[in-house]
Amino acid sequence: MKRSFKLENLCCANCAAKIEDKINKVDGVSASLSFMTQRLNLEAEDMDYAVAKAEEIINKVEPDCVLVK
Amino acid sequence: MTKSQKKDLVKILISAALFIIAELVPKAWPLFLVSYAIVGYGPIFSAVKNISRGQIFDENFLMTIATAGALALRQWDEAVAVMLFYAVGELFEDYAVNRSRNSIKDLMDIRPDYAVKLNDGTEETVDPYDVMPGDIIIVKPGEKVPLDGIVTEGTGTLDTSALTGESLPKDISPGMEITSGFVNLTGLLKIEVTAPFEESTVSKILDLVENSGSRKAKVEKFITRFARYYTPAVVFAAIALAIIPPLLFNGQWQDWIYRALLFLVISCPCALVISVPLAFFGGVGTASRNGILVKGSNYLEALANVEEIVFDKTGTITTGNFEVTDGCSPELLELAAHIESYSAHPISQSIIKAYGKEPDKNRIGKVEEIPGEGIWAEVDGRKYYAGNDKLMAKIGAALTDTSSPHTTVHIAAEDKYLGTIEIADVVKDNAREAISELKSLGVKKTVMLSGDTEEIAAEVSGKTGIDEYHGRLLPQDKVDLFEKMAEKADGHIAFVGDGINDAPTLARADVGIAMGGAGSQAAIEAADIAIMDDDISKIGRIIKIARKTITIAKENVVFALSIKFIVLILGALGFANMWMAVFADVGVAILAILNSMRMLIRHKN
Repeated sequence: MKRSFKLENLCCANCAAKIEDKINKVDGVSASLSFMTQRLNLEAEDMDYAVAKAEEIINKVEPDCVLVK
Repeated sequence: MTKSQKKDLVKILISAALFIIAELVPKAWPLFLVSYAIVGYGPIFSAVKNISRGQIFDENFLMTIATAGALALRQWDEAVAVMLFYAVGELFEDYAVNRSRNSIKDLMDIRPDYAVKLNDGTEETVDPYDVMPGDIIIVKPGEKVPLDGIVTEGTGTLDTSALTGESLPKDISPGMEITSGFVNLTGLLKIEVTAPFEESTVSKILDLVENSGSRKAKVEKFITRFARYYTPAVVFAAIALAIIPPLLFNGQWQDWIYRALLFLVISCPCALVISVPLAFFGGVGTASRNGILVKGSNYLEALANVEEIVFDKTGTITTGNFEVTDGCSPELLELAAHIESYSAHPISQSIIKAYGKEPDKNRIGKVEEIPGEGIWAEVDGRKYYAGNDKLMAKIGAALTDTSSPHTTVHIAAEDKYLGTIEIADVVKDNAREAISELKSLGVKKTVMLSGDTEEIAAEVSGKTGIDEYHGRLLPQDKVDLFEKMAEKADGHIAFVGDGINDAPTLARADVGIAMGGAGSQAAIEAADIAIMDDDISKIGRIIKIARKTITIAKENVVFALSIKFIVLILGALGFANMWMAVFADVGVAILAILNSMRMLIRHKN
């Protein structure tokens, strides 16, 4: 299953790269984050789990950044 | 400028003013501290917050350590200057990134805000999402067509440029399909909606452009991977630089710690990480301004190095419309147009179109179609036939010359053969030019695939200068043949089709390019790059855009890396100061941004 999310207040290109890298390390989740378009694309069997994990990681790397559902 | 950007600007100005006063007035060092605090508390606060979360090595942390170190060394002005420049750089970066985001949003300004729905004769303005297939909507002059549909009433002209890049308006009349995103210029149109908003062309295109960043180019992946190692490596080098020379080689602590602080400033990865996606974003944006949708940076990268291009014939090299070829007498054409005047068959339509006038219905009597063979009709009281070889054989008309690779329509009066009209798919006007441009761009081989006979394929490839052709191919044969070519090819291989029956081949190619995308959602979905109109010269244009994009991305990487390494070396040797280190960080980021914007500015019409 694939889904696309908008990220708000994502303000640093390197943080975006870090977030992408960390989400990709979660088992069964593949992610692609574009800093320029501020979009996170997730692909996972268990989407709820993937979103929860992604939010956790985003909150850790860039606390101001919010994932819009 | 956004609100928070304005706030940052005010902070910077106050801080800079205090900094200048402190520089001019002797013994005013407390002013430096105030100036430092005004621009510095944001980053310092974030650094502390991030460390408590286990995030070290981020920009805020590095800047805080570097400037705090400078303060400890009593380098007041340098500490403030670094923080100040860092703030200016961040602000500019933010502003520039926002601007380039917006400039692309502007050019993709095709999202309709509302739709006017017709409810039992009364107009109601609703959200496009609330319109269902089967509803009737009204589009007035100057309004965007909000959803895909079929025109039921009214005629007008449409501005299709937002989608196709085509400046010539398109005429529309009842019965024609209309695509969302077009702008109605004249006349009131009533449209029966055929797809919900989520599935309308506009939604698909916007979705595609917004998601284009997710397919990343190799150079983009390289730079983020590089940044992951770069920052820790430089930070550890800084620690080594601060400790080892003073401990082992009797160096001055002050001197070596200062050099280490320079390393920390330069170790920030943002300039590197932003330089590449920004360039690609500019490339994708420029392409969409030209009516070319690109689904990802990786496709631009592949296209920049394309060596072979394989074309489907119909709809790509040719227009896909049948036209009467030259060389039949006007009398024959006039007669044929009258015989065929009641037929809706595309071939009949092309004959009537070639005749150029409305057939005089008074001259026509009885008409009857003969399925699979042709038609007969009474014209001026006489019985005429128009049809294929089979029909001629049946009525006993002897054909004189029948060897033509094209579709033919024979005309006979009773049993007397009068002549033949040839009908062929016409080659696009600029096809030859477009192919020769591709060659001048360094494309090594061009190939054409066709389902038509070898003779037709040979003729079309001869007219256009295509290197190689293959005829008599079924859709499955095209995929198989393309597979073989792709295996043999050393470089990247692209396929260009209209997306109607060549979707598997489009999907198989390194770069699948679909033409005429504005009319066909299937094409937009199957392709990697969709050219919204059917202008074949845009293939050359998108290759140029791709190359330019790659050049800018590479320039940014080489430039950012080399400046950083030069300043690192100078810093280690003791020849650099904080100013140079700040330039190597934010200065480089700003230059990379400006370099990327070059692309957008150049192609602004």
